[in-house]
Amino acid sequence: MRKYTPKDNVQKKSYYTDRFYISPRVPRSEVENPGHFADVVNALKKLIQESYVELNQLIIHIKSTDNIKVLEILKEKCGYTVCSELSAVDYLARDGEFEIFYQMLNMNKASRVRVLTRIKKDEAIESIVPMFKMANFAEREMYDMFGIVANNHPYLKRILMPEDWVGYPLLKTYPLQGDEAASWYEVDKIFGTEYRDVIGPENRDPAKIDRYDTKRFSRVGHEVSFGEDISDGEQEKDIEYSKTFLVDYTTSQKQLDKRK
Amino acid sequence: MAQHQVNYASSAGLPVVLTSIDKFVNWGRSNSLWPLTYGLACCAIEMMASGAARFDFDRFGTIFRASPRQADVMILAGTLSKKHAEFTRRLYDQMAEPKWVISMGSCANTGGMFNTYATVQGVDRIVPVDIYLPGCAPRPETLQYALMMLQKKIRRESANMKKNTKQNLRLI
Repeated sequence: MRKYTPKDNVQKKSYYTDRFYISPRVPRSEVENPGHFADVVNALKKLIQESYVELNQLIIHIKSTDNIKVLEILKEKCGYTVCSELSAVDYLARDGEFEIFYQMLNMNKASRVRVLTRIKKDEAIESIVPMFKMANFAEREMYDMFGIVANNHPYLKRILMPEDWVGYPLLKTYPLQGDEAASWYEVDKIFGTEYRDVIGPENRDPAKIDRYDTKRFSRVGHEVSFGEDISDGEQEKDIEYSKTFLVDYTTSQKQLDKRK
Repeated sequence: MAQHQVNYASSAGLPVVLTSIDKFVNWGRSNSLWPLTYGLACCAIEMMASGAARFDFDRFGTIFRASPRQADVMILAGTLSKKHAEFTRRLYDQMAEPKWVISMGSCANTGGMFNTYATVQGVDRIVPVDIYLPGCAPRPETLQYALMMLQKKIRRESANMKKNTKQNLRLI
């Protein structure tokens, strides 16, 4: 039987997998008490599900509905005035969930906190634009790439892809070379769907050689005139140039002896 | 009687040049190729260098124009994303006939290393291309050479562009 490969992650392609390979993990430590991060954890108290320190950054897991509360406390009471990044990670294949992260920065303490939260596929998250203006573009990108809706966002629309684009490109289920809609996007948009036949599908194989294309590929030993249609069969021809060079060893066996 | 008067009977006749309409028109067209100021990605840096003093496109009569209405050549210099394809085609449509297209660099030719969902896999999917210029990015000399090849091509063409449309099998 053929080995089962998961269909929900079409990008996953393993060329070689070491059976004994253990992927390296970032060392994880407890929150030091007393310390600045312990103060942060105490300020948030019950809102935190889990907290630990990785690479001198405090990481806290929260409920997705608490994100406004948590970020407000971080901003107002703990001095995390900058939200430097915000996006999502697709764990749909593994857990059926998205992970949304908020990367917070305290300019006075030079310390960072990462707030992690998880939402299910069709759930939305509350927008943090009222608190952090940077979230305007970041949440639009999150919507563009993952299809995650941010509630009460002032202007939630695609930011990178065109507005009539089908699908969300950063999902693991989205093929890297695009789906059906993506591969015909520019043709449909400019010429209309009926021109698909005229223009033809995309060539995604850079090493593609078309046997019957007499315009772009030369046929060494079987030369035909430029642009000739040979789709219904090629004419058998002798290889003209090679006749003078080739020595037929089947008929004359003493070729090498003659040279002596 | 003025002594310097030319005696046409003895000195190879009247100063007359005989030519065909095709050659005359194409002489004009090929020596005043005005490209559109239009850069898409890093190839545009090389295109700008070709236009600047060291490589000097002006000596070919090639002067970048800021309006597609005044341009004859569209140099597609760089990666064409699918979102932008529509605008490129619109600019091409706004250019007056006769017009030519140079596809500059790997990305414009075939999509290059951007074998992804968001990149047009070769600009010949949306506009008819006359010269494909390989390289990543092509050096300014290469672009100059491409332009000279285009000049050669134009000099070969008929002045009547309608004829060329059929002969050269211009796509679309």
